[in-house]
Amino acid sequence: MNSIKFLYAAYIATWLIHGLYIGSLVRRYGRLRQQMKDLGRGK
Amino acid sequence: MKRAFPILAVLTALFLVYAFYQALWVAPTDALQGDVYRIIYYHVPSAWTAFLLFFINFIASVEYLANSKPSTARAARWIVIAIGIVGFFAPFVPQVRQQLPTGMYPSSVATTFLIITALYFVIGKYFVDQDLDVLAVTTAEVGVVFCSIVLVTGPIWARPVWGIWWAPGDIRLTSTLVLWLIYVSYLVLRRFSDSAQTQKLAAVLAVFGALDVPLVYFSIWFFRTQHPQPVIGGGGSMDPRMLHVLLISWMAFLCFAFLVSWSRYRLEKLRREVEEAEALESLLDPAGVSSAVKTPLSRGSK
Repeated sequence: MNSIKFLYAAYIATWLIHGLYIGSLVRRYGRLRQQMKDLGRGK
Repeated sequence: MKRAFPILAVLTALFLVYAFYQALWVAPTDALQGDVYRIIYYHVPSAWTAFLLFFINFIASVEYLANSKPSTARAARWIVIAIGIVGFFAPFVPQVRQQLPTGMYPSSVATTFLIITALYFVIGKYFVDQDLDVLAVTTAEVGVVFCSIVLVTGPIWARPVWGIWWAPGDIRLTSTLVLWLIYVSYLVLRRFSDSAQTQKLAAVLAVFGALDVPLVYFSIWFFRTQHPQPVIGGGGSMDPRMLHVLLISWMAFLCFAFLVSWSRYRLEKLRREVEEAEALESLLDPAGVSSAVKTPLSRGSK
């Protein structure tokens, strides 16, 4: 039974999920920063 | 505070690398399962972290609801103190002690109740009014991320060990899936509802959702399940070297969860500030005034 690939799959999946979530946070920060810039300019 | 974040981020990254090294190369190989058992160094800490985050969400939601009136807040405080005192001493009473599952120590139950009480007052001290709601949404979202990891890594471990991805009807697996669904629905409610009551409704949902956490945790103590027995207590006999690595891994994931929650908390606070500023600007802006006036009229005419 080549179970080592399951171990790698679990570790990769974990960091993939964390990476996706951190990416979504960065995107949301970027969008907010843009909104703040627009507010500062008075649209 | 601004400087603390990058320093903590670097330290956490190093800690995670160290935990990864410990999990893959230092922890001994399991005699029965081989190397695939090392999935527990990600699976179990993620589950514990998710439970902790959902628990903080529960406390923040209870406090948010209780703080709506000063009298309710006072009553809630006394109820929590009473629960803390009863929960601390009750496990040592022989009749109650007999009811505890095998391997569960009365001292650990007492400590848990003490922590619950302490956490309630600590959160109440540092978070007030809207901050409690911000904390609730933060912990729910990060908790869902960790719970997703539990639900993904669990089947990946089960496939080579059990021969199946999922054991239908298994109470531990099903209750964890239900927990995840409850908190996903919590986030969906918050995302798509514009009602003034959304925060209160979400807090009520969170209180009911949190009731599933003890069910998930204790399901393997009280029910026959395919899921392995608890790694700490419960008659489990884990190699001390494995337990050591597991705790290192949990500490590393806790630091990571703290950092991510911190970022999400700041993001939510900022989002609310921007929303308020936009609403204010639309009121001050002449075009905004006209649209603000038009809206209620058009709604009223429907």
